[in-house]
Amino acid sequence: MTETILSPMSLLAELTHRCPLQCPYCSNPIALEPRRNELSTQEWISVLDQASEMGVLQVHFSGGEPMSRPDLPELVRHAVGLGLYTNLITSGVLLNEKTFPALVAAGLDHVQLSFQDVDTANAEHVGGMKGAQARKMEAARLVVADGMPLTLNFVIYRENADRVPQMLDAAVEMGARRVEIAHTQYYGWGLANRAALMPTARQLEQTTQAVEAAREKYAGRLTIDYVTPDYYADRPKPCMGGWGRRFINISPSGRVLPCHAAETIPNVAFPDVRHDTLAHIWRDSPLFTMFRGTDWMPQPCRGCDQREKDWGGCRCQALALAGDAAATDPVCSRAPDHERVVRVLETLPVEPPPFRYRRYARATDEVG
Amino acid sequence: MTTGLTDDSVIRFARGVRLQHDRVRERWIIQAPERAFIPDPIAAEVLKLVDGTRTLGQIVAELATRFAAPVDVIGHDVHVMVSDLITRQVLVA
Repeated sequence: MTETILSPMSLLAELTHRCPLQCPYCSNPIALEPRRNELSTQEWISVLDQASEMGVLQVHFSGGEPMSRPDLPELVRHAVGLGLYTNLITSGVLLNEKTFPALVAAGLDHVQLSFQDVDTANAEHVGGMKGAQARKMEAARLVVADGMPLTLNFVIYRENADRVPQMLDAAVEMGARRVEIAHTQYYGWGLANRAALMPTARQLEQTTQAVEAAREKYAGRLTIDYVTPDYYADRPKPCMGGWGRRFINISPSGRVLPCHAAETIPNVAFPDVRHDTLAHIWRDSPLFTMFRGTDWMPQPCRGCDQREKDWGGCRCQALALAGDAAATDPVCSRAPDHERVVRVLETLPVEPPPFRYRRYARATDEVG
Repeated sequence: MTTGLTDDSVIRFARGVRLQHDRVRERWIIQAPERAFIPDPIAAEVLKLVDGTRTLGQIVAELATRFAAPVDVIGHDVHVMVSDLITRQVLVA
């Protein structure tokens, strides 16, 4: 190995896959983890201890809906005690005046609250839950009233892309300090629903313009994070800042992954915190070493001047689009499989097909 | 956002933002919502003095003493830096 192994900066703790919503762009894997396989409180506490020891600075409690776990305040308190920056990534439908005070008391630093749309009817159609929008608005109100910083997250897709200007105005009206205008990323359920979700090139252009206009209009009041759908790009994104360089994802059952979609990678063992230490997994496991650095790269990445900037793009996307996780991300216009991305965009249906909702395979798993 | 910043302004971190020592990498970092910034060494010295009670003028005076530098030179640089960090929602005055 010629690669320098850095200390991880950030831990995404997927506490559960259970969620009251069923968004068809969910980043969770198609095979959702049932409750009985979830890590215990003590197991998560050990994960937090190990992560802090390794140099992780920020922990993002996510899911599924992390507020489905009654031990969330205890985990937040423990992370705060370790000096970790604590972020709650939530749908907000379980965040109310009964549940929020315990998180405030635990020392939670920040809330990222997701909205499916600013249009209530479409938002609830996409999330699959009646009454969700009012609960989210109330969650936003409680966070802002407390003074805790709030980020709103809007996932953008074909049906809501035209309403980005209203989303940005709504973020300011609700008192959010940050907003993410994040085009759907096509993994997991998002990939399964790609034909229904992918915006048109014109929609993408308009959302970009709306973001630029709002950045000017709301400078100093609202920070806007903008994520584009990379299918329309010429160069791939530096996925996760490089494989095994900055980021650790832990699944509800304790699998340790370089990104939340990595369980799609074939022919490799998935290490987990029940059988190994986080430090050993990070440093030495085949899953983490297989795409770390640049030694694994094929051409054209190997000879490319971007190789330590984009790290060859996204491994899961290479697998999804080229059938090979070790290929150059086909989003790159220099990739041998780039034509496949072009074909996806050229063959988008005029009328989007119905969603395949995110659901447990009920025949085998209880929802919990 | 930066209008009204004077020597009497009390400077504090925005809620959810803090300066923290990263013991693994042996450097100072600014922890903020969904990101961590690395302050340059001068910014780190300024931010170490931000405690929610000191005024901008007091921060400048302390730095001027510590680095044996003229107050007006340091004052200008610190004003610019603090204004920038207010715009980036790191500090509030």
